Amino acid sequence: MSETLHTVSVEVNGKPRSAQVPARLSLVDWLREDLWLTGTHIGCEHGICGACSVMLDGEPVRSCLMYAVQAHGHRITTVEGLAKPDGSLSVLQDSFCETHGLQCGYCTPGMLIASQALLNSNPNPTEEQIRDAIGGNLCRCTGYQQIVEAVQLAAERMRAR
Amino acid sequence: MKPAPFEYSRATSTVEACELLRRHGDEAKILAGGQSLVPMMAMRLVRPAWLIDINEISALKFVNIEKDAVRVGACTRQCTVERDQALAVRVPLLAQALAWVGHVQTRNRGTIGGSLAHADPCAELPLVAQVLGARMLLRSAKGTRLVEAEKFFSGPMATSARSDECLEEIQWPAWSWRHTGSAFTEISVRHGDFAMVAAAAQIAVDGDGRCVRAAFGMGGAGGTPLAFPKIAARLVGTRLDDEVVKDAAHAAAAETEPGSDLHASAEYRRHLAGVLAARVLREARERARSVR
Repeated sequence: MSETLHTVSVEVNGKPRSAQVPARLSLVDWLREDLWLTGTHIGCEHGICGACSVMLDGEPVRSCLMYAVQAHGHRITTVEGLAKPDGSLSVLQDSFCETHGLQCGYCTPGMLIASQALLNSNPNPTEEQIRDAIGGNLCRCTGYQQIVEAVQLAAERMRAR
Repeated sequence: MKPAPFEYSRATSTVEACELLRRHGDEAKILAGGQSLVPMMAMRLVRPAWLIDINEISALKFVNIEKDAVRVGACTRQCTVERDQALAVRVPLLAQALAWVGHVQTRNRGTIGGSLAHADPCAELPLVAQVLGARMLLRSAKGTRLVEAEKFFSGPMATSARSDECLEEIQWPAWSWRHTGSAFTEISVRHGDFAMVAAAAQIAVDGDGRCVRAAFGMGGAGGTPLAFPKIAARLVGTRLDDEVVKDAAHAAAAETEPGSDLHASAEYRRHLAGVLAARVLREARERARSVR
């Protein structure tokens, strides 16, 4: 059966990307399978785990709960877009390494997107605010403490600049 | 790709959305924030032949604060309303409830109207609408009509909106009493999960601490969110002493008809309904009294 294709033109990590996609293609599948941006992870595929978090116009959203066609005309930032232009890690990413915030690494892209979005709007978050910001992201290693420490460390370093 | 194939149309105006609904209504679904519909489609619990996307209709995104009510466009994001300080003053219960709705990522995308139209009996916003007596403005190609929350929620995940109607705006009553307080709470496995039972209350008192208006209700305790206007009316004129509040909460809990599932038995849910209703009534009372 042939499905109707729709145009999607999006800015992904600062670069214009466009494609013809079936309406039922999720944003995360398009990012991973067509654009090869495999940093964004797929976990539950129904909006529970947060692994697929990306920024839509600067705000974190779940990319498994959006169809790619819906991103048309918007701006997407994936975990690949967090690193510095020369490819070196961001302050937040460095902090995750230092505090052992990665563990198995599966939830990390979603955690990075959620906590970077928090730091963008709140450079000095309390522990409670950090826990609230990553509340929609599951870590099955259950090492939330190091993740919270990573965000605290990054906030401290970013303020010191 | 997990959902079944569907035709997709991005409506650019409410008129266009209504026209699409007129043509395809019986086999169409409105796509707002998609935080409930998209997973249901992924699990193939629903298989609409058409999706009418209203996310790009800017006329459906607004918060208008008026004298007796706050009007909110159906496609206004939950995060927008959550951050609106002026709205929080006029309809405090709505602002409090939003903190319990999902997580940051889902509130950034989820809409006020989407949650109401989805009509999950455990969900926070339908409960607030029921307790405050919000009114839904429904539009079809034929015109508009206003439906009270009580008539809007017709069953679990069911509303009285016709298949050719689109929820356009929600009118949230704003109480004018100076000493008004409200409270919202719920019990769930983890914060942000579906509530086993949720409770909401709004209280107004006079300068002497005597109740002049009360409204309260519970979610997750029946097929629709429940409000208890008759029991609440009995609180008017009292000083809302703990015993009075407890009696009202227990009378309401006795009227609930919760179901049993993996997470909680009906008996436990009814117990929670009474405990949580008393708790929100007391909290709302304290907040109302503390207004200077």
